[in-house]
Amino acid sequence: MSTQLMNTDVLVIGGGLAGERCAIEAAAAGHDVLILSLVPPRRSHSCAAQGGMQAALGNCVKAEGDNPGLHYLDTVRGSDWGADQEVAKIFADEAPIAVRELAHYGVPWTRVKGGRTSYFVKGERVEIEEKLENDGLIMHRDFGGTAKWRACYAGAGTGHAALYAIDSEVVRLGVTVRDRTEAVALIHEDGRCWGAVARCLRTGKHFAVLAKATVIATGGYGRVYGQYTTNATISEGTGAAIALATGVVPLGNMEAVQFHPTALSPSGILVTEGCRGDGGYLLDKNLHRFMVEAEPEKQELASRDVVSRHMGQRMRDGLGVESEYGPHLWLDVRHLGEKHLTTKLREVWEICRDFAGMNPAEELIPVRPTQHYSMGGVRVNKNGEAYNMAGLFAVGEAACWDMHGFNRLGGNSLAETIVSGRRVGRYIAGFTSSACLDVATTVVQDAVSNAEQRVTQLLANEGTGPSAYEIRDAMGEVMIGKVGIFRTESELAEGVSELQNLLQQCDQLVLKSRVPGMNPELSFALRLKGMLRLALVTAMGALARTESRGAHFRSDYPLRDDARWLNRTLVRWSGDEPVFSYEPVGVLDVEPGHRGYGSDERIEMEQSIDEYNQQVEQAQLEQGKIPAEDSR
Amino acid sequence: MSKHEAGRRLQFEIFRYNPQDPDSKPHMQSFEITEQPYMSLFMALNEIRETQDPSLQFDFACRSAICGSCGMMVNGRPNLGCRAQTSDLPDVINLHPLPVFKLVGDLSVDTGTWFREMVEKTEAWIHAKEAFDPGAQEQRMDDELAQKIYDSDRCIECGCCVASCGVANIKSEFAGPAGLNRMARFAMDPRDTRSDSDWFEVISNEQGVFGCIGMMACHDICPKELPLLEVYAYLRRKAFTSRMAD
Repeated sequence: MSTQLMNTDVLVIGGGLAGERCAIEAAAAGHDVLILSLVPPRRSHSCAAQGGMQAALGNCVKAEGDNPGLHYLDTVRGSDWGADQEVAKIFADEAPIAVRELAHYGVPWTRVKGGRTSYFVKGERVEIEEKLENDGLIMHRDFGGTAKWRACYAGAGTGHAALYAIDSEVVRLGVTVRDRTEAVALIHEDGRCWGAVARCLRTGKHFAVLAKATVIATGGYGRVYGQYTTNATISEGTGAAIALATGVVPLGNMEAVQFHPTALSPSGILVTEGCRGDGGYLLDKNLHRFMVEAEPEKQELASRDVVSRHMGQRMRDGLGVESEYGPHLWLDVRHLGEKHLTTKLREVWEICRDFAGMNPAEELIPVRPTQHYSMGGVRVNKNGEAYNMAGLFAVGEAACWDMHGFNRLGGNSLAETIVSGRRVGRYIAGFTSSACLDVATTVVQDAVSNAEQRVTQLLANEGTGPSAYEIRDAMGEVMIGKVGIFRTESELAEGVSELQNLLQQCDQLVLKSRVPGMNPELSFALRLKGMLRLALVTAMGALARTESRGAHFRSDYPLRDDARWLNRTLVRWSGDEPVFSYEPVGVLDVEPGHRGYGSDERIEMEQSIDEYNQQVEQAQLEQGKIPAEDSR
Repeated sequence: MSKHEAGRRLQFEIFRYNPQDPDSKPHMQSFEITEQPYMSLFMALNEIRETQDPSLQFDFACRSAICGSCGMMVNGRPNLGCRAQTSDLPDVINLHPLPVFKLVGDLSVDTGTWFREMVEKTEAWIHAKEAFDPGAQEQRMDDELAQKIYDSDRCIECGCCVASCGVANIKSEFAGPAGLNRMARFAMDPRDTRSDSDWFEVISNEQGVFGCIGMMACHDICPKELPLLEVYAYLRRKAFTSRMAD
C-alpha cells in the first residue's frame, strides 16, 4: 500500500492560541509551517476564554506598583509551590510584551478612562480617580489570587479577540492550515520525532506528515470528565494521548485538574471569574455570602481551587440550592447594573439569556464548580522540548511547562499560550534551521499502517460489546464522582479499577455505523482509548499523591506535605500499563510558605532549600529532560 | 420551558447526504425524541446520533455560542444549533445544512475554507506601519473606540449571515455580510494604516458594500447581534468620503 506523504519544516498540531503563536514565530523565521487542526483555527477552544489575560502593566490605580516580580510571586503561590519557579519567572517577565504585541496585532483591549470611575471592591462601591496621564493605556480588572488588578481584557471575549488577531497574523504570513484533520500518532524512532500520522476528518483517510520539528498544541483533556466540564467537545486530550502512546514521553502532574467555581448549572458553560473580579458575590441557598467568613482576606477572589472547595463544602453541608440536576449555588452580579453587564461582561449576559433563559441584571445565576483546566500535560523543559524525544515540543494547555503547578490562576493560561508560543516558537525556529529530515520510509509506513489497522480492527468487532458512547459516559461518571474536587483513597482506588475495566472494554467496543468517510462514531471511538489512558493516569496519580496541594485535595491527607511531595508526578505508558516516577519541581527561589488564602497548615520541608536545589538538575536529567541551553 | 408541556415528542426532519458514500443520495430522514428541560439542538442532535443513527454528521465545539461551528438552517432560518432551544421551536423541527458553503456531510459544512478565503481577499489583518517594538509602551487608544472595534470584532464567523444573504447565495465573489463587517472592523482601526484609496478599492464595488441590496436578513439573523445596519452605513460613508478626499 502506498503511503500519502506531506513534508514540512515545522508541524504544529492544534490551531489554538499557543499553536498559532508558535507557528507565527517559525514562519516569520522563514520555515515552512503546517498547522493541523480538528476545526477551523478560529473555532479552537481558546476562543471561549472570557475574562482576561494576566500581564503586570500596572496601568490603572488598583494596579499601581505592579510588576512582573509580583506576578511571578502570585503565580508561585497560586501553584501551591508546585510550579517550576524559573518558568514562572520567565513567563511573568514576558507577559507584558506578549500582551502589547497582541495590541499591535489588533486586539481591541479595554482601555483606561482617565477621571472618576466607579468600581465594586469586596462588596463595596468605591469611586476611584483614574489618572488622566494613563488614559488610553490597556485597562486591568481584578481576578482571583492576585495582589493587584492585572487581567487585561476585551469585554468578556478576550480569548476570541486574541485568537482572531493571532489567526489574522497566521493568514498574513501565509501559513498552511489543514482543518478537520486529526493527528492520531507520532512518527518516531530512537528518541527522535519525525512528524505525525494524520487522519482527515472529511474523508477518513490517513496520511503522514514528515517534519523536522513537531509541536503538540492540542489544549486540555477536560472531556475525560464527560459532560462535567466547561471545555469544548474537542478538548479530548488528543495530543497528550499520542505523546503518552510513544511509551517514552512522560506526562506531568496529570492529577492536577482545575475546577472552575462558576460554571452555569446545569449546562456547564463557563461564567468568567471576571464576574467576581468586577464585584460579583457567591450566595448559598439562604442568600448568605459565605466567602466573606471563609476567606476574610480574599473573599470571592481567593484562588479557584480554594473557592471551589468552599463551594463544594457548602453544598455538602446541605446549603446548596436543590435542583433536578443536583445542587448549585448562586452568583449575584445584579448590583453591577445592566450597562456594565451588557458591555464589560457582555458574553456572560448573553450566555445567561441564551442558555439559562434569565437576565443577570435582575436574577441570580445558578453556578457550580466544574472541571475547567488541565494543569498537567506533556512534560517539557523551559524551551518546550518534550522529555526523552528530540524534535517534539509542546505548548499551552497541552504542555506541562510548568508554570501552574497544582493550581493555575485565572487569566494565566491565556497569557501562557502567547508567552510560551512566542518563546518556544523562537527556539523551534533555531532548532529547525540546523535540523534535517532523516527518517527511514519503513518507520513512516509502519506508523501509517498501524493507524489504519486500528480502524480495521474496530470495524471488525461484532456482537454485543459496549458502544463508544456508553464507555465515554461511564468514564465521565467515574471521573467526576471519584476523581473530583474532594478525593479519598477508597474512592480513588475504586475509580482506578473501574477505569482499568473500561480501558479493557475499549478493545471490545462495537460500532453501529460502518459508513464510508469520516464516520463520526468511528472517529470518536478511535480517540476513546487515549482518553481512557489519560483518565486512568489522572486517577492513579491522584491515588498515589498522599497530600493536598492546590487543586489536588485529599480529604484523608488534607495537608500540603513539602517533606514528601514537593515534586512533580511523571507518567509513561509502558506495555499495557502506566509507570510513575517523580522529579523535583525545579529550583526553589521563593521558599515554600502560606499562599495568603486557603489553609495555612502544612508539613514543612526537611531538607534545606540549598540541599533541595542542588539535586534538581541531575534528578530531572535522569527523568529524560533534554538539557536546556538558555535561549537568551 | 413553560411554553410546552414537559416530555413533548419532537419530530426532527434532517437533511442527509454523505458525499464520501457512492450509495448515498440527498434525502430527508425523520427522527423522534422526547424533549428535556433546557434542551438545545446540541443536546438533541447528540441524542439522535448516540441512540438512533451514529452516522449523522454535524459540528459542535464550544456549545456556548462563541466558536461558531454549528450554524445550520433551523426551520428555514440560519441559527447556531447550540443556541437554538427546542422550547422555542414547534413540534416538527426541520434541519438543513447552511447554503453557500461546501457540504461536508449531512448538517456539516466547510465554513473554514470560505472564511480563510474571505480573510485573504479582504486582507483582514492590521496593516501596521512599523514592526512591533517589544521595548515600547502600547499605543494609546480611546476606550470608546476600543469598544466600537470590539463590537465589530465579536463576529464568530458562523456563516449564518452569509447563508441568509440573497446576494451571497447567488454571487460567490460578494464579500458577504461577515466580509463587509471585517472590512469595517479594520477600516475604523487607527492601527491599520491602509489609506482611504486603498479602502476604496476594497469597499466600493459590487463585491463590496455596493453589492448589498439591503434586504438585511443578516442583521435580523446574526446570533451575536452585530450592528450590521450601522456597519454598512459606515462603509458607504467611508466609500463616499474616500472618493471625496481624492
